[in-house]
Amino acid sequence: MLEVSGLTVRYGGIIALRSVALTVAAGEIVTLVGANGAGKSTLLAAVSGLLRPAAGSIRYQGQEIAGVGAHRLSRQGLILVPEGRRVFVNLSVQENLLLGGYFRPRDAVFNEDLARVYGAFPRLAERRRQPAGTLSGGERQMLALGRGLMGRPRLLMLDEPSLGLSPRLVAEVFAIIRRIHAQGVTVLLVEQNAAAALALAERAYVLETGRVVLSGRGRELAADGRVQRAYLGMG
Amino acid sequence: MSRRWYEAGPLPAAHTTRRRDTRLTILASLAAAGGLWLLQAFAGGYVVHMTCVAALFAVLAVSYNLINGVAGQFSLEPNAFVACGAYVTALLTLSPAEKAASFILEPIIWPLSVISIPLLPALLIAGLLTALMGFLMGFPVFRVRGDYLAIVTLGFGEVIRVVANNAQAVTNGPLGLKGIPHLTDLWWTGGLLALTLFIIVRLVNSSYGRALKAVREDEVAAEAMGINAFWHKMLAFTTSAFFEGVAGGLLAHLITTISPSLFTFFLTFNLLIIIVVGGLGSNTGAFLAALLFTYGGEWLRVVEEPLNLFGLHIPGIPGMRMVFFSLILVAVMIFMRQGLLGRREFSWRWLWAVLDQRRP
Repeated sequence: MLEVSGLTVRYGGIIALRSVALTVAAGEIVTLVGANGAGKSTLLAAVSGLLRPAAGSIRYQGQEIAGVGAHRLSRQGLILVPEGRRVFVNLSVQENLLLGGYFRPRDAVFNEDLARVYGAFPRLAERRRQPAGTLSGGERQMLALGRGLMGRPRLLMLDEPSLGLSPRLVAEVFAIIRRIHAQGVTVLLVEQNAAAALALAERAYVLETGRVVLSGRGRELAADGRVQRAYLGMG
Repeated sequence: MSRRWYEAGPLPAAHTTRRRDTRLTILASLAAAGGLWLLQAFAGGYVVHMTCVAALFAVLAVSYNLINGVAGQFSLEPNAFVACGAYVTALLTLSPAEKAASFILEPIIWPLSVISIPLLPALLIAGLLTALMGFLMGFPVFRVRGDYLAIVTLGFGEVIRVVANNAQAVTNGPLGLKGIPHLTDLWWTGGLLALTLFIIVRLVNSSYGRALKAVREDEVAAEAMGINAFWHKMLAFTTSAFFEGVAGGLLAHLITTISPSLFTFFLTFNLLIIIVVGGLGSNTGAFLAALLFTYGGEWLRVVEEPLNLFGLHIPGIPGMRMVFFSLILVAVMIFMRQGLLGRREFSWRWLWAVLDQRRP
């Protein structure tokens, strides 16, 4: 579904990604782990069209999309859920969700999806008229997820969905991601919480200073000594 | 591929008072029209003139608020749009004889020297030309954001003024245009205000308006939602230019004499004060603040009158009201950071709720 090869991204003179290659097959759940500043969010920004890569190719559903604007890609089901706090804080919860499906006609299917999001996140239904800025961190994360779902994703890219959440909420968010995936949505997950991410993912990539240093099945990586030492706080 | 993420939950009840709201809006418009008729019939020329000015400032403030408040693009160009609209309309309606008499430095160029058309088509042409100017300006201008956007748009405002000063064969340079027919009355200004409010409020409440707010809040997240930020800014900018152009045209036919010195940065600055005091992003706030600004400016003339206080004679100080004006502004900024209304809007539902609470 997604094939990235030779992807290089620069911020001015600084190289954030060096010739990164990565694939996500349809129906998979793939995770990208790495420390702060490893280039995880940069990779998502480049794939989702928010950043123009300096070199390399990004293919989505067989089409070259490097350099295509984000607003076009989200219409094709390539949806990015940006880091937790990036909800529209002065707009109501409902307005945030409606914006998630901005490019879709407001028909029965749309309303059904809205009802499903509210069904999945009852807290959001309770607070639908409140400004998103009044939500707690966990609720904002729910809202960001719900907003992403309103765009009917085929490939859902999640940037640090567990950031700043309590362990119990992290478990809840991961359970929701598992459910979304079980409904046939392909997921590319970027996480600092390597333990949870590796347990969830079928395959994983480890990013270090802009390069993929390891890749493999989620469980195998979790058992790998280097990963354990570097990201799981073991050994 | 199945698309069911979850079981459907209950859908929250929709806003079901639309019909009542439409009726109330129609009633309120009729009441406003009745008020205008009473003013026209019974009020003096001064009150009528001030009401026309207030309505035009309300049009300007609401359209300026669309780009600055709703879309959050801090721009400083309305004086350019108002000037464009005023000059275009005036040049189209002035009689050939009047033009020949005023253009003493350099004769007016050919097609303009013979054209003279009625006000309505002239206003439409002015609005469309100003919108076109906004559209073309948008391409370079929206390549930048924030402070840079403010600087670039400010520059464009100055460019228009300088052009008006120097293109003597078209604008009559610093001498300006005189003898513009006094065609603007309460019906023109009231009608334009109603049309502006109708279109801009509908735009803000539509999905486009929601997208504009999203661009204001977080442009990157908005792009990720499938919103083309650039074209949405262009939509807001061009719409705002259209109404500012038409308002400029009516202004020219209200004051009957225009010159480049009328359209300096101070016009923009006043409008900026209005929308900030009203509450950036609130149409209701922009509307109310525009009325307060124009009428308030007149009421404050009291402080410039000579005054006898406890046997102490204070001579009138011209310009004193600007001091009071500034004090009021400072107070608003200290005690009401978000302006008078913040981002709140008037709605019939709100009024209904207020009346409901009062009921025993």
